[in-house]
Amino acid sequence: MISLSVNGKKISVNDDPDTPLLWVLRDTLGMTGTKFGCGVALCGACTVHVDGKPVRSCSTPVSAAAGKRITTIEAMAANPVGKAVQAAWVKHDVPQCGYCQSGQIMSASALLAQNKKPSDADIDAAMSGNVCRCGTYNQIRAAIKDAAQSMAKGA
Amino acid sequence: MSAIVNASRRDFLKTSALAGGGLLIGFALPGASRFAEAASEFKPNAFIRITSDNRVTVICGLSEMGQGVHTAIPMLVAEELEADWSRIRVEQAPADPAYANPFMHMQATGGSSSVRAFWEPMRTAGATAREMLIAAAAETWKVDKSECRAEKGMVLHQGGRKLSYGKLAQSAAKQPAPKEVKLKDPKEFRIVGKGARRLDTSGKVNGSARFGMDVRLPGMLTAVVARAPVAGGKVASFNADKAKAMPGVKRVVQIGSGVAVVADGYWHAMKGRDALEIKWDHGAGASVSSEGIRKTFGELADKEGTIGLKQGDVGAALAGGAKKLEAVYEAPYLAHACMEPMNCTASVKSDSVEIWGSTQSPGLLQIVLSQVAGVKPEQVKVTTTMLGGGFGRRFGFDFAIDAVLTSKAVGAPVHVVFPREDDIKGYFYRPASLVKFQAALDAAGNPVAARMHAVSSSICDAGHMPYDANGLKLMKGVDGFAVEGLTEWPYATPNLQVEWTKNEPPVGVWFWRSVGHSQNIFFAEGLVDELAAAAGKDPFEYRRALLGNAPRYKGVLELAAEKAGWGKPSVGGRSRGIAVGQSFGSYVAEVAEVSVGSDGKVKVHRVVCAVDCGGTVNPDIVKRQMESAIVFGLSAALYGRITLKDGKVEQSNFSDYPVLRMNEMPQVEVHILPSSEAPGGVGEPGLPPLAPAVANAVFAATGKRVRKLPFDAADLKKA
Repeated sequence: MISLSVNGKKISVNDDPDTPLLWVLRDTLGMTGTKFGCGVALCGACTVHVDGKPVRSCSTPVSAAAGKRITTIEAMAANPVGKAVQAAWVKHDVPQCGYCQSGQIMSASALLAQNKKPSDADIDAAMSGNVCRCGTYNQIRAAIKDAAQSMAKGA
Repeated sequence: MSAIVNASRRDFLKTSALAGGGLLIGFALPGASRFAEAASEFKPNAFIRITSDNRVTVICGLSEMGQGVHTAIPMLVAEELEADWSRIRVEQAPADPAYANPFMHMQATGGSSSVRAFWEPMRTAGATAREMLIAAAAETWKVDKSECRAEKGMVLHQGGRKLSYGKLAQSAAKQPAPKEVKLKDPKEFRIVGKGARRLDTSGKVNGSARFGMDVRLPGMLTAVVARAPVAGGKVASFNADKAKAMPGVKRVVQIGSGVAVVADGYWHAMKGRDALEIKWDHGAGASVSSEGIRKTFGELADKEGTIGLKQGDVGAALAGGAKKLEAVYEAPYLAHACMEPMNCTASVKSDSVEIWGSTQSPGLLQIVLSQVAGVKPEQVKVTTTMLGGGFGRRFGFDFAIDAVLTSKAVGAPVHVVFPREDDIKGYFYRPASLVKFQAALDAAGNPVAARMHAVSSSICDAGHMPYDANGLKLMKGVDGFAVEGLTEWPYATPNLQVEWTKNEPPVGVWFWRSVGHSQNIFFAEGLVDELAAAAGKDPFEYRRALLGNAPRYKGVLELAAEKAGWGKPSVGGRSRGIAVGQSFGSYVAEVAEVSVGSDGKVKVHRVVCAVDCGGTVNPDIVKRQMESAIVFGLSAALYGRITLKDGKVEQSNFSDYPVLRMNEMPQVEVHILPSSEAPGGVGEPGLPPLAPAVANAVFAATGKRVRKLPFDAADLKKA
């Protein structure tokens, strides 16, 4: 049994230790908000936070996340940064197909949690691991800047 | 002018009272009759559900894959219904012949057709419901209908009384459907053309939107399929002992496409597949290589092809031209690489098939899967989820067949998932294509003749469709998709001949965003740029002068050039290129601002796009779709390439099939040309002009013509 903390809840799972965290979330726990895109940490669709850091869950063995704080898209509304990011995504109507957007929001939230006023270069560095085939990058950039502003006003 | 639609003449209106008390309205389209007649009962096509809580639900038979159809279709309904937009909801319809797309005679989403095909039917549905609500109010108040009007979800009487649609729903359901409804003059539109927020955003920002990948059923198993590494290859023999011994593996079954490893989850299925031992019979495909295909195409292009379009006498005009030009252009096979890898869930029982998944063609699936499973089409229930991208790939049905066959074999619901590698290697590619141009200019530099000979596979053959499926009226024996974008050559040229030679390497081909235009407008807009250079003229002015008989091309060309500052100095001395094209009834011109590094790498800084898509439903979505297609086209132009060696696809994932990322994203500006023409498509037409605009900018920067995609940095470094 592996003990996990997922979105603040303590959970024990019976998966093999080498099972990627992604499949524990999706198949064992039925939390499908975190997406499968490439399986090898190239597209970012599976991004979650582990102890606040953005992590590609498709390439993170569940054993490596044991005892750490795992946060997924499903808990972002309860997180002040995540909430601001989601609101900015809605304001800018960012998603098209939407499949990559859980991962985009997780990467953007992790960026804004540690950098209150990211520059374009900071956004490039934090977000270039997340692929969007619909091409919403300019809207993502605008939404990140908007979320940063709204957080600054709220602070 | 307002259109009067005589509904009764078409005999398609049907209304019924909802069990819960409300008005449900639907109607079938004339074009749907082919399939509708096959059904044992008349079923309505489009539905509006109005419930007592004032909620208006639009039930949409089209698939939402990012293009915004789940917003645009409700906007059309809401406009005529005089609905309160804040009370509008959208719901995905089941698969049913009644939802057939009149452009395709089946329930399907593609060809940038949704708004074009449903522009009038959806408005008629809304107007019909509005009239019945007004009639219900008039009856309640015992006044004449002419004294009542509808506004924002209410019926108002001139005396000041009002009733909400929710309150009227039950009595409206008892009203007879009007024989005729009057559609609004577009000048009166208050929703259409004004923009509205997308209806599908909230679920896509909190993880709750359900894609095919997210389907979870009680007792569901997950399967991955070991597929032949060479197209046309077959399983010679396999040993499943080791795979079956892996944890979580339930069954290993051979199906049409290979050997399916069925497990309690994806990870166990993958590990089981890794342990599977298969001997493949690669067949004749084992000797196929991209170089060989290219060589064959080139040799064929030197010969005569089947003539699809002929104007004047090309041979004589070419011989007599003052200046001659010959060029060979090439485009590679391309994968779609939708963010959501292909997948499908099926539950097969003795007398029924149920599937859930991301599909562009639920109507086609009903028919195909009924044959696969040996049941009647109406016994196939299809639930369409959100699509994590489509781009034509999800018009296919291979993933659904895999799911049905595997579920049938194991007797349980099965979710078949393609790992990304299977998705990239999946043999549903934009066809590779090569075209040979021969052109001649007169002494003034104007084109007098162009001969275009394209060589490629046939998508129509792959899709079992007639060669005129795209609506082009060409001479017999030419697949319209193979030459579309060439045959519409808009530049005044008295002698024009377009030929095609079919060649079928054992590589599966399929529809890919903008289909034949994706390569042919790159070819054609490269040619016209070469002609301008040969004539010693500015590429914009040259095109403009030759577009006298093509005002809509000219309109977008001029707008894009103006907005881009064509002819004026650019920031940092970047080079500009321009291209224009028509596809799916819309006209798009793009200007790219580009620099080429000393390493030969192409950097696109800015793209200015002008579009004339006729009447617009949602300008915000139109702009986003142009930008989306520009990004898709730029990924392909910079990186897109599926190659084969010893019959095997050499690419596998985003490492060797890269796509554009945030740090490479250009600034994009989209300008919509106001138009009173009928709506054109918007999902695809932004793509074709992108590659030639960039290639023409690269020529301006380096003097080097890019005639082959994707751009080759090593080649450009030498320039």
